[in-house]
Amino acid sequence: MLKFIGKRFLQGILVLIGIYALTFFLVASTPGSPFSSERAMQPEILAQIEAFYGYDKPVGERFLTSVGNILHGDFGPSAVYANRTVTEIIAESFPVSLKLGSISLLVALLLGIPAGILAAVKKNTWLDYVPMSTAMAGICLPTFVMGPLLALVFGLIFAVLPVAGWFGPEFVVLPAATLGLYYAAYFARLTRGGMLEMLNQDFVRTARAKGVPEHMIVWKHCLKGGLIPAITFLGPALAGIISGSFVVETIFQVPGLGQWFVKGALNRDDFLILGLTVLFASLIVLMNLLVDIAQVALNPRLKYD
Amino acid sequence: MTDHSETAVLGNEAAPVPRHSASEIAEHELIQGSSLWKDAWSRLRKNRLAVASLVIFLLIVVASIVGPWLVPYNSQEQDLFLGATAPSAAHWFGTDTLGRDLLVRTLEGGRISLMVGLIATVVSLAIGVIYGATAGYMGGKVDATMMRFVDLLYALPFTIFVILLMVAFGRSMWLMFVAIGAVEWLSMARIVRAGVMGLKKQEFVEAAVSLGYSHKRIILRHLIPNVLGPVIVIATLTVPAVMLLEAFLSFLGLGVQPPNASWGVLINEGQQNMEIFPWLLIFPAFLFALTLFCLNFLGDGLRDALDPKSAKD
Repeated sequence: MLKFIGKRFLQGILVLIGIYALTFFLVASTPGSPFSSERAMQPEILAQIEAFYGYDKPVGERFLTSVGNILHGDFGPSAVYANRTVTEIIAESFPVSLKLGSISLLVALLLGIPAGILAAVKKNTWLDYVPMSTAMAGICLPTFVMGPLLALVFGLIFAVLPVAGWFGPEFVVLPAATLGLYYAAYFARLTRGGMLEMLNQDFVRTARAKGVPEHMIVWKHCLKGGLIPAITFLGPALAGIISGSFVVETIFQVPGLGQWFVKGALNRDDFLILGLTVLFASLIVLMNLLVDIAQVALNPRLKYD
Repeated sequence: MTDHSETAVLGNEAAPVPRHSASEIAEHELIQGSSLWKDAWSRLRKNRLAVASLVIFLLIVVASIVGPWLVPYNSQEQDLFLGATAPSAAHWFGTDTLGRDLLVRTLEGGRISLMVGLIATVVSLAIGVIYGATAGYMGGKVDATMMRFVDLLYALPFTIFVILLMVAFGRSMWLMFVAIGAVEWLSMARIVRAGVMGLKKQEFVEAAVSLGYSHKRIILRHLIPNVLGPVIVIATLTVPAVMLLEAFLSFLGLGVQPPNASWGVLINEGQQNMEIFPWLLIFPAFLFALTLFCLNFLGDGLRDALDPKSAKD
């Protein structure tokens, strides 16, 4: 097991380096520069600015320096917001995004998985149809439709929840619901599929024939295997919640990393984009590593490949 | 259809003795093939939800293509004195803050969104089918390496990459088609590979190999036509996925640029003004969600129809 974890860990680090290199050269090959502005700058001043940010050196050298800096926790200065470093921005906004993201993921899991189990156990009754049709509707309502609609209904028509800002616990509700409900729908569908597959297995028939009570069959025999599809989806779900946060934080004016990433992309703030991409990619790679370990733990047949 | 032309080609080119067996096998395939599609169609027809989805989706497509010519307004034509007005007899969907007719803007937005869905899906189809078929057909080390690469790509934060591509190469619509297509081919590659792995041990492939056909020809003319069923299903499900990604980018201001408007752009504009002019959000959002709904149900229905074994419930 340790060897398997070590191997996957090294693989994850390689993937991260690959992502960083790809992003770096993609951003570096972009025409224009973060310092170009509407007004033409005097060449001497531009040269000085470029020297300050290290843009006067060749690309390869800049790449190696930036990798070295990141390993020391220094993501460089923000190219557009003068006097701020990317590390400062991350330190300030990451807690906000972490809170929003983890609550959303919890909402998704706590709603989706029980609904999926219930639907599978009560297959073809209204306890199956109602949650599953709702889930299908949820999948067709992406975050940027669901968010404004929730804001319209709960923020403006009923006026029970704030629609913009980040000042207290009640401000978390709508953004977290927007992000969480979408993935709750996915988890519900995946859990239902996984549980149904387990419930159709021969060993379940044997257990029933032996007179094992139904709740034992569901909880003891099927749950572990039935959850595997949902657990596999945790990685994509985290990636989705991160990119969903770009939209949700914009809609609800949440001062998190998602908003910074969108601003960075629109303003061509190279260091900010690179720093945030590394951070997001590390989170996703870490989640995928945890998922791989959980999968092997739940299904011993997967023999630490 | 494809099997049919295959029979003719085999008949013309093959040497006398293998021709007999090859055409026999091909004929056998032909009969099975046509009945497969007929069976699938009759199964699909019984699925009311899927048929209703198909009809509504076609209506939306036709309205988006023909509609803008029938509405007596131009999507760019502004009427600043009019401003935003609620839906009325003159403007069925109302007008936006610049006095533009929302009905014609929504229909033209539909054109762009559906076009993205179609073109990006074709790109992803081309990459996914060729990649998956090659991996499945070659097998062994080549297959293992190719699929390990797909596994690695699955773990990447793709949306971020599409955003970076849009930043790096400017916000051109055609680039967006390619960028979205280039990241949505992974499931397609996996499905095609699995199908090809199963097929390549069958007699008609052995026959093609023994006739001395090239790998390229066997992959393109013998294997790919036979995995069309699952490919159609995944393609139907890829269309809503790429439309979602386009709308996401446009919503953030990184996709389709004004004065062009896709549904994502319209939803974003509506979202900014929803407190005062809620119809600006509701109409485009409703049509967009309805389209995704139909395509997803149609994809599920097609899966059940084309592969009855996968319909476990």
